[in-house]
Amino acid sequence: MSVITYREAMREAIRDALVRDDRVFLMGEDVGRYGGCYAVSLGLLEEFGHERIRDAPLSESAFVGAGIGAALGGMRPIVEIMTVNFSLLALDQIMNNAATLLYMSGGQFSVPIVIRMTTGAGRQLAAQHSHSLEGWYTHIPGLRVLAPATIDDARGMLWPSLCDPDPVLVFENGALYNVEGELTETGAVDITSAAVRRRGDDVTIIAYGGTLRTALGAAEVLADEGVAAEVVDLRSLRPLDTGTILASVGRTHRAVVVDEGWRSGSLSAEIACRITEEAFYDLDAPVARVCSAEVPMPYAKHLEDAALPQPEKVVDAVRRLEA
Amino acid sequence: MTAPDGADHALHLLRQMLRIRRFEERCVELYSRSAIRGFLHLGIGEEACAVGVMEALGPEDAVVATYREHGHALARGISMRATMAELEGKLEGTSRGRGGSMHIFDAATRFYGGNAIVGGGLPLAVGLALADHLQGRPHVTACFFGDGAVAEGEFHESMNLAALWHLPVLFCCENNLYAMGTAIGLAQSETDLSLKAASYRMPSWDVDGMDVAAVEDGARLACEAIRDGGGPHFLEMRTYRFRAHSMYDSDRYRDKDEIERWKERDPITALSTALGATGALDEGDLDRMESEIDAEIDDAIAFAEAGSLEAVSDLERFVTSEPGPREGR
Repeated sequence: MSVITYREAMREAIRDALVRDDRVFLMGEDVGRYGGCYAVSLGLLEEFGHERIRDAPLSESAFVGAGIGAALGGMRPIVEIMTVNFSLLALDQIMNNAATLLYMSGGQFSVPIVIRMTTGAGRQLAAQHSHSLEGWYTHIPGLRVLAPATIDDARGMLWPSLCDPDPVLVFENGALYNVEGELTETGAVDITSAAVRRRGDDVTIIAYGGTLRTALGAAEVLADEGVAAEVVDLRSLRPLDTGTILASVGRTHRAVVVDEGWRSGSLSAEIACRITEEAFYDLDAPVARVCSAEVPMPYAKHLEDAALPQPEKVVDAVRRLEA
Repeated sequence: MTAPDGADHALHLLRQMLRIRRFEERCVELYSRSAIRGFLHLGIGEEACAVGVMEALGPEDAVVATYREHGHALARGISMRATMAELEGKLEGTSRGRGGSMHIFDAATRFYGGNAIVGGGLPLAVGLALADHLQGRPHVTACFFGDGAVAEGEFHESMNLAALWHLPVLFCCENNLYAMGTAIGLAQSETDLSLKAASYRMPSWDVDGMDVAAVEDGARLACEAIRDGGGPHFLEMRTYRFRAHSMYDSDRYRDKDEIERWKERDPITALSTALGATGALDEGDLDRMESEIDAEIDDAIAFAEAGSLEAVSDLERFVTSEPGPREGR
């Protein structure tokens, strides 16, 4: 076992994929000479050359669409978008092409592309670089949406994503890149299920990506108060592993969803709704949610902190359920 | 009118254009009796563009077309039966009836749609060409789009990317002077589209899109240059649609005299007249060709109407891939 950062785990995953399969290449803004805007791909250009580590101009729609076309043409592209806010410039390609071509062509053309992007706040990058829009993408049939929250998942989710014949979006919370942890799995991991990250019988805290740490932090505080919280890491945001969520809620009878996205029309709303649709009579309290404030993300640190889900907000939400 | 090389080849071009023309005329009838629904965009008047470019392509080349693509599908060699069945929403259609008129797909001929987001097909073409480049295959990707797409950001991004990376794309602009109802002069600050290609350092040709031989010649020259490593090329075909944008369009934005003037340059009439003048085609030949095409269309309609409807229980198939090996190409 070795201790590495989330960034290094992701880089190893990309390197491993490039070594394993000639059809894999990485394409995006500043992935080569610059080394990736978050330094994920640092050193890969020197190792694999500019044909496989392709610096693209600032043309999100064209290079994401070119990734889709390359996938149609037999390649296995990894396309990096700097941040989820910029992915909106490529939304036409993701929604109207990647997600629809297989269906629209009557099953003839699948799109085996992986699109990675940074999401989330916490770094004082304000209202055009900090949002958590992954929930929007979970609305779209035809996409698989993943959120690696741990070192093992950062290392292990990429290869199975590249083996998926259909488009996969991987959301990397920017606050995680510098997080260090032990790498326990060097191979591929399952990309279809949620994981229980902490066992407990009193309440289920459902989180993913950047909010997993928030949920685990809250669970520590609650443990000191004698409340045993179970923490479920969604891992796959689409399709949702509803089974793991319901099994947990069936035991704990209480649920709090923690989501860095906004509350209205959100992934957290979808999860809360599924719990009430399918486990209503197991519940001892209404499903609670801790989401980001419904504001464009502010720059000033105290305001940004106030806008984001924090462990103490999760603790408060649990206390209200227990009351 | 440029004379095509060889009478047999010219007759082949004529037949291809006539197949498209008569097919689409029958589509109008089928639309009137509700056998075809949704949007139906006809390329009547523009047949020379599809036919001329397809003649320059080999079977391993790729095609990305627009939503006005019946002609491209037929000229590419997709069966008329499957095309008609698609328009009638049948399981036997090119896309199992999932796509309709705007979304014809065919893996066997590398026909990647049928794309109905204006400009949205251009990045795909760049990517298909990138895949060929990375895999060392000497193929060309022909990407069709209209003058309307030239206003989209995806056009400019794709032209830049293809030129920057020197990729084997033939950009085929069917300039019919109208983006739906908006004349090119009302949409473009620069209406000379070849200048846009030049700004990306991309060689460009503009050809008479009403002259199938001119289109074919231009496309062949461009494809040869691309295969010789010349990078992407831009082919502007100046053409005109004789009918409205779609079946919903009352065509209020065009002058009737303008339409009539363009009809005088009908690419089918032009070629059949030229062939008649050389003695390569007489009235009997033309009648025979017409009746053979009628029979092919009758057969395609009969096939479509005898076709089946996909089971509703299959509604959710192909949202994601089914297990089993699948390789893109």
